[in-house]
Amino acid sequence: MSSAASRPCTRRRWLKTAAAGAAAAIGLPACSPHRAGTLRFWAMGREGEVVNELLRDFRTERPDIRVQVNRLPWSAAHEKLLTAFAGDATPDIAQLGNTWLPEFVALGALLPLDARIAASPDIVVPDYFEGIWATNRIDGHTYGLPWYIDTRLLFYRRDLLQQAGHERVADTWAAWKDQLRAVKRVVGPDKYALLLPLNEYDPLVALALQGGEPLLREGGRYGNFRGAGFRRTLDFYLSMYTDMLAPPASSNEIANVWNEFARGYFSFYITGPWNIGEFRRRLPAELQDAWATAPLPGPDGPGASVAGGSSLAVFKRSQRPDEAWALVNYLSRPAVQQRFRALTGNLPPRRSAWEEPALRDDPPSQAFRTQLERVRPVPQVPEWERIATELRVLLEQVVHGDLKADAMPAEMDRRADRMLEKRRWMLKRASA
Amino acid sequence: MKRLKLDSGTLMVNGSLAILSALTLFPLLWMLSASLMAPGEASTFPPPLLPAVPTLEHYRTLFGNQGLGRQALNSLLISVAATLLSLAFNLSAGYAFAKLKFKGREMIFRTLLGAMVIPGQVAMMPLFLMLKQMGLVNTYAGALVPWLAGVFGIFLVRQYAQGIPDDLLEAARLDGANEGQVFLRIVLPLLKPIVVTLAVLVFLGSWNDFMWPLIVLTDHELQTLPVALAGLSREHVQDTELMMAGSVLTVLPVLLLFLVLQRHYMKGLVMGAGK
Amino acid sequence: MKARSLAAWVFVGPALIAIGVFFALPVAAALVMSLTDFDIYALADLANLRFVGLDNYAELLQRPLFWQALWNTLIFVVIGVPLSIGASLGAALLLHSRFARFQGFFRTALFAPVVTTLVAVAVVWRYLFHTRYGLINYALSQFGVTPIDWLGDPQWAMPAIVLLSVWKNFGYNMVILLAGLQAIPEDLYEAARLDGAKRWALFRHITLPGLAPLLLVVSILTMAGHFQLFAEPYVMTQGGPAQRTVTVLYLMYEEGFKWWSLGSASAVAFVLFVIMFGVTLLQLWASKRAAAA
Repeated sequence: MSSAASRPCTRRRWLKTAAAGAAAAIGLPACSPHRAGTLRFWAMGREGEVVNELLRDFRTERPDIRVQVNRLPWSAAHEKLLTAFAGDATPDIAQLGNTWLPEFVALGALLPLDARIAASPDIVVPDYFEGIWATNRIDGHTYGLPWYIDTRLLFYRRDLLQQAGHERVADTWAAWKDQLRAVKRVVGPDKYALLLPLNEYDPLVALALQGGEPLLREGGRYGNFRGAGFRRTLDFYLSMYTDMLAPPASSNEIANVWNEFARGYFSFYITGPWNIGEFRRRLPAELQDAWATAPLPGPDGPGASVAGGSSLAVFKRSQRPDEAWALVNYLSRPAVQQRFRALTGNLPPRRSAWEEPALRDDPPSQAFRTQLERVRPVPQVPEWERIATELRVLLEQVVHGDLKADAMPAEMDRRADRMLEKRRWMLKRASA
Repeated sequence: MKRLKLDSGTLMVNGSLAILSALTLFPLLWMLSASLMAPGEASTFPPPLLPAVPTLEHYRTLFGNQGLGRQALNSLLISVAATLLSLAFNLSAGYAFAKLKFKGREMIFRTLLGAMVIPGQVAMMPLFLMLKQMGLVNTYAGALVPWLAGVFGIFLVRQYAQGIPDDLLEAARLDGANEGQVFLRIVLPLLKPIVVTLAVLVFLGSWNDFMWPLIVLTDHELQTLPVALAGLSREHVQDTELMMAGSVLTVLPVLLLFLVLQRHYMKGLVMGAGK
Repeated sequence: MKARSLAAWVFVGPALIAIGVFFALPVAAALVMSLTDFDIYALADLANLRFVGLDNYAELLQRPLFWQALWNTLIFVVIGVPLSIGASLGAALLLHSRFARFQGFFRTALFAPVVTTLVAVAVVWRYLFHTRYGLINYALSQFGVTPIDWLGDPQWAMPAIVLLSVWKNFGYNMVILLAGLQAIPEDLYEAARLDGAKRWALFRHITLPGLAPLLLVVSILTMAGHFQLFAEPYVMTQGGPAQRTVTVLYLMYEEGFKWWSLGSASAVAFVLFVIMFGVTLLQLWASKRAAAA
């Protein structure tokens, strides 16, 4: 944070406010806290905290480029980015959840990076996991560079599973459900086998992507939730609640997820890579050997999962695209990605960055490595986040008994179709 | 000087008031207490009322890397500017509506009163787009705009200014003073009580304002305390003590200001309601 | 005369221009926007804008979340307003009582929550409401009440917000009603007491009618404020659980600034305005009827 740059700024403001009053205030210049000629980089959460550290070597390599990092909380980041776009105040570079890319591309906010990628010796496209790379390609162009991956798989109590008579997690839904039932018998009637929080849609989406059918049909113009694929997933998912294998609760109602996992309140949890570090930090020492990770089972064999993660994107309105690209390029180098992983625990999107002892010899991470070969993007339409939110709302209603399970797919399609109406109109107009 | 009689009436009434006051102040006192507790201490069972060993580490964190210090400064600057601007606009307009005759005065004033019924949020989104066109999104000026367009202040000043005797003004005019001089030398000193009241109302209102700064100030560097606090609370749900320190920081300035100037504040409330 | 008229315009000019440009104009624009499908696509390119007439309103009326939001808001108003005014009146009566001592201190203490920043105290109350570690459940458990999941149980989330709101705001009306009580002449009470009237009769026939105009103002203002509930759900519950604390204004915010469907959001804003206006008219009419009776 360049406090030196803002000090003269503050003094100027004091003078103006004291002296001028009304008229001056309207014309008060937008005293932005960065100097002209600085790259503005917006990053979220933990990544935002460590990025300055990560960029130290970049600053040595390119002393001519000044970078100012703005940290956004995840909960507000999407809103902030859209507001910034609406207010013509976008940064040069931003970390974007890769599910947000279609939206920003539809807005025309991002710079296509194909030419720069082709020209960069640091970026070897086949080195990236295909499913992850695909999330950055929209309408034939690449708009983001994967920064780190996020996917969902099983974190589970290996000791409880062994007590139930199984050595490793099954590969198919049916066998896995048997295992869950066995675990439930072990832990007793007032505990559960699996946590599927009602305020998260990622586990449902991850399983739905295994369904074999796309979630939206006709090029993302209509919902396909009435299709057999989603119905199969929905039935499987809902049976977890009705068979008392999962508690009908949101993660807020579970006072502390890690404590409850340690307590055996649930033994399986579908969650992401950040929990490797959290589990190590928050679970008691005696349980550190008792938990493990495993890729998701699928309907008929090892299953796919959601291709999530964050990408780095350059905004079209950036005044300094070349310098922005230099920074993005730097962050994509395998060595830098490994340093990034060491600082945050985030897993790299490039296979070569996985070739280090820290990852190779770390069993929990290896399950992610396996899963990454089997990840699929969610539908790449700007409306997806809104549709996924509706999915979560309806799921909650079904579990609470406010909506019949049979009626849910049709209702979901009705809502999705309404949300996609503008997209249909725009596609029709574009093709006319 | 009433003698302190301890009959049942006195006991009941004052006892009730004491209990009510204790219940009312309790959350604020707990907020202060928890802000001084060690990390994690507040989330133990049974919940503690006082810290075992008071610590200032959360305040250090807040001014350190979490950087609420900058946001506190933003709140201060914006509130001061809003107060000054609001006073400038409302004092002159309120006085004019009360004491200066001009065409359509009553009709315009009645329209303004009617406008007070419209909730401000209706205007928020188009105003945001308008400011975007003007390049004022994510600036202090953008955050100040709603305080220029307040009707309540005009109404308050007008109420009070109507009490100024006309002869005083006429006398000044006969002595050769122009309207500006009349306003500055005669009216303003007489309006002093309402100036303080309005200043307190606007300062408190703008310091506590949430929805508009949330919308218009996107840069973390420019945010006001309430907005930054809300963002922090969504991220640091587990860090109770830190959040309490943030709340204390947000609430303390206005609470102190209120304690010092409460008579004026409450007078303004009463006047506002007495229409 | 002319010079004075000109001076008058100079005095009111800035305020009127500001109100015109920064309030009246946006309100008119909001009305127009509510008749279009202004969304994120239109933000990118105005050519993507369509005029849809009353479609936004029609679509709103068919959306379950809108009715849920309306219902949530109504619950908050119907439960919160009487509780708040009741508490204010009770506190004002206590302060006004001839037995009351240390009035200055009590009045300050009871008023303090009003000036606090809502976001800050919402954060505090979120912890007070915690199921396991919150002091409210702890206090209740001393009376044998099982812990309530205040912010996680769909039944209790809105009552929790009502509690916070009453605590925060009752001091405001208390001060106003206290002033009203002080304005009622003592002689009326003296005369009635000499006639043998008891406490309840005094209250019903002197206090209440004396306070009536002020009570009307207070209830209109309080109701208007309650319809605009936003910050508490934003900070404490994010509209949940099960969308039970989504209010009309929260819906407008999400519609407008989370999803950028500004046309739809403007429609929500206008619907809110119409409802508030209608309720205010209703109150005025009801009070006229009561006064005539």
